[in-house]
Amino acid sequence: MRYHPLTAEDHRAMLAKIGTPDIDALFRDVPQGALAPLSAFDLPDTQGEMEVERALSRMAAKNIASGSAPSFCGAGAYKHHVPASVDHLIQRSEFLTSYTPYQPEIAQGTLQYLFEFQTQVALLTGMEVANASLYDGSTATAEAVLMAQRVTKRGKAILSGGLHPHYAETVETVAALFGEMKRAPVTAGSAEDLIALIDEDTACVVVQSPDVYGLIRNLRPIADAAHAKGALLIAVVTEIVSLGLLEPPGAQEADIVAAEGQSIGNGLNFGGPYVGLFATREKFLRQMPGRLTGETVDAEGRRGFVLTLSTREQHIRREKATSNICTNSGLCTLAFTIHMTLLGEEGLSRLARLNHAKAVALADRLTKLKDVELVTPAFFNEFTLRLPKPAAAVVDALALKDILAGVPASRLGGAEDLLIVAATETTTDDDMAALEAGLAEVLS
Amino acid sequence: MSLNNQGRPTSAGYAGTGAIATISGDRGLDHEEPLIFELAHGAVGVDFPDVKVSDERLGGMRRKGVIGLPGISEPEAVRHYVRLSRMNYAIDAGLYPLGSCTMKHNPRLNEKMARLPGFGDLHPLAPTAATQGALALISELMKWLTTLTGMPAVAMSPKAGAHGELCGLLAIRAALQARGDGHRTRILVPESAHGTNPATAAFAGFTVDEVPAMPDGHVDADALEAKLGPDVAAIMLTNPNTCGLFEPRVKEMADAVHKAGGYFYCDGANFNAIAGKVRPGDLGIDAMHINLHKTFSTPHGGGGPGAGPVVLSERLAPFAPLPLLVADANGFRLVEHREEAPASAKPFGRMCAFHGQMGMFVRALSYMLSHGRDGVRQSSEDAVLSANYILASLKDVMSAPFGDGPCMHEALFDDSFLEGSGVTTLDFAKAMIDEGYHPMTMYFPLVVHGAMLIEPTESESRESLDCFIHVLRELALEAKAGKTERFDGAPRLAPRRRLDETLAARKPVLRWKPPPLREAAE
Repeated sequence: MRYHPLTAEDHRAMLAKIGTPDIDALFRDVPQGALAPLSAFDLPDTQGEMEVERALSRMAAKNIASGSAPSFCGAGAYKHHVPASVDHLIQRSEFLTSYTPYQPEIAQGTLQYLFEFQTQVALLTGMEVANASLYDGSTATAEAVLMAQRVTKRGKAILSGGLHPHYAETVETVAALFGEMKRAPVTAGSAEDLIALIDEDTACVVVQSPDVYGLIRNLRPIADAAHAKGALLIAVVTEIVSLGLLEPPGAQEADIVAAEGQSIGNGLNFGGPYVGLFATREKFLRQMPGRLTGETVDAEGRRGFVLTLSTREQHIRREKATSNICTNSGLCTLAFTIHMTLLGEEGLSRLARLNHAKAVALADRLTKLKDVELVTPAFFNEFTLRLPKPAAAVVDALALKDILAGVPASRLGGAEDLLIVAATETTTDDDMAALEAGLAEVLS
Repeated sequence: MSLNNQGRPTSAGYAGTGAIATISGDRGLDHEEPLIFELAHGAVGVDFPDVKVSDERLGGMRRKGVIGLPGISEPEAVRHYVRLSRMNYAIDAGLYPLGSCTMKHNPRLNEKMARLPGFGDLHPLAPTAATQGALALISELMKWLTTLTGMPAVAMSPKAGAHGELCGLLAIRAALQARGDGHRTRILVPESAHGTNPATAAFAGFTVDEVPAMPDGHVDADALEAKLGPDVAAIMLTNPNTCGLFEPRVKEMADAVHKAGGYFYCDGANFNAIAGKVRPGDLGIDAMHINLHKTFSTPHGGGGPGAGPVVLSERLAPFAPLPLLVADANGFRLVEHREEAPASAKPFGRMCAFHGQMGMFVRALSYMLSHGRDGVRQSSEDAVLSANYILASLKDVMSAPFGDGPCMHEALFDDSFLEGSGVTTLDFAKAMIDEGYHPMTMYFPLVVHGAMLIEPTESESRESLDCFIHVLRELALEAKAGKTERFDGAPRLAPRRRLDETLAARKPVLRWKPPPLREAAE
């Protein structure tokens, strides 16, 4: 087949050099009976590029892409415009098909962009140091809780009810092994009393802003209360564009920031791959999970970059590592850093303001509908509406009209009558009009 | 004879080869490149309107200070990243013999398929009716993975190999607890294991007990059986193992651990040796992650993203994490909440937000459909054949620690052939860089002194293998003859000489800072 360079003649010559009669002689250590014949695999045989493309395109055509319909889905994944040059650059062979930069002499390209990425993330979050990325925002949040448990030598984590429920479940799945996980009850659109839950056993408080309903939270009072009890504040951001307009967690005394970077440079991809951002204070540096790139010099004194502080990592420390993490999100990190470079200070600020303006315009439009109420008084580019009918049924009905109306809160375990609606720079006036008309019809 | 006619990264090459110092500091196609922070001059690479917003809806939380992000225009950004790319080695440019990493060809069809808007631009929480094609794709990939492994179930959401290991161990923990065996906390891990194995076991709250290797490179099955007991939760084996050998007593070890009440976790990093040839389910394995970025060729991307689905035995299947994919008369749907799960399912939790690495699923299925079962089998055979060809061609000049037997898809050498030469494994590997090759995996596995683990994969032509063999033979002969010039301080011809890793760790500089701040800090 087209991906195999070795011919039958090559096979013969190579077997002769090895001195074995056939390929299966090389599998002689496989136990008797465990070498399966081809017929044991009930799967199709090789196909040409054209046939594969046809089969997969057919599957893709059965989905409604965000760009092909008015789309208002958010809740942790956002439709943004990614400049064409981003996807072109990340597909350069030297980026796409290179390995983890363990041989720094021939991986300076990767190492330098990781160093630039770390700097951008630290600046954006208002923190002192950032790592070279984790899998996604949810796993970054789980790693943040585990790190807080290590730093404070306490087990208990308090999770805000406004934390994305998938994130909360991810945290609970791994961190509950080491302490109690307490999820605060939440009313959409208002902040719960987290301060009352903090005690002397608390390792950390985890707060998302804007939260899963879109509500902007003030982290500082919670951070102050946590610090007074010796606990850390973990700030979670699922819409990183918001930091172009909102006060960063670092300025609100957060100790660790765990964020989803998908919005910058990366497509929706039905949930992955995404890119987890992780930033903290310099004093916690050696407790950080994941890869770190650092500046150094080569034997001729020239500036260069290497993966560093790897004594924290699994391939050196084995069972004593800070995390078992090995792979990060290299290429998604590159997409993020290229897009962020194109934006720069001014571009990000304009993008963030545009997002907010679109969301305000949409919220104002939709709340004019009968019995539709805005429950999130302060928001960035996403807000929650209370509908007079179950939101899931409304969303399904509008999907039949090719409108992706948003995410029903019930999909995430929330109340039935709440609809989470996002608008970004990609949202047009026609999109808004379509949603407004569709909602009016379905709710009547 | 041409030593290396297969090319090398676009630029790495000429720096320092007796060349005169240039005025610019660049050398031909080798450009030095500043950081974006040093290039920034307030330009913008995107066009957006300057919309004014009031503070009214921002809850008083509007940003006060500037961020400090650098800005450059699109042509400057393109040139910056293109120049950076040319400082990297890549599989597209040359053989990448990294043992245990499976750096094979990355077909571009797979990239094209992942970018179809129906996949690449699909929201993870779009209504179920709008995602039927995506769910069908996941279902199809699940069928391939379970059929190739001979296992009944697969958890799709883990985002990488180590994340898959964690998923497997959490399923084991849940199964033990469900049967009242929560006191079983010891996991047996061979000393030859990947570092992720013990790290994951500790991460999942287990204690790690190491099993020694035998002089022939296999796991000491008798020592393993002797360590089994009522507190053992599982064994974690890599098969084929990290010495590049298939474990001949794998079924015996599986039976022994099952008899002792434990589970068998298999590290699937080396599946590329046996895919389409051996079904792990036939060996008694209870859980195994599959690195889609290794065996099924989703690109490594400079260190990710990966994907690590975990196949599960009948006994572990009920404990698979959310979400679950189910099919009924109305089509496919995802079970995202414990309450909606079928009665037989007892999901242990959730590995991550949403449903896993869909972009990698598309690429992996594109690879599988292209290869077919016959092509997958051929890949494994060619990978094993190529590794044995390298072993047979080099064992007279380098030293193979485990004798004359065949290897699987990796050829392992130790450093005894360098004894007395003053050349170390590191020097040898770095000299390969000057010859246009990425080094092999070094100093791993730990059970071999100065290990060099070579995995050529099925993607290399015989001519390419012959060039590689020729270079390694000549290097080995020179080292043994005491001609060490090529090794002293190598590499000399790469974009950088050896970098000072001690300095980087002792005085960590992990972000750019404006010059005055930096001086103040020093």
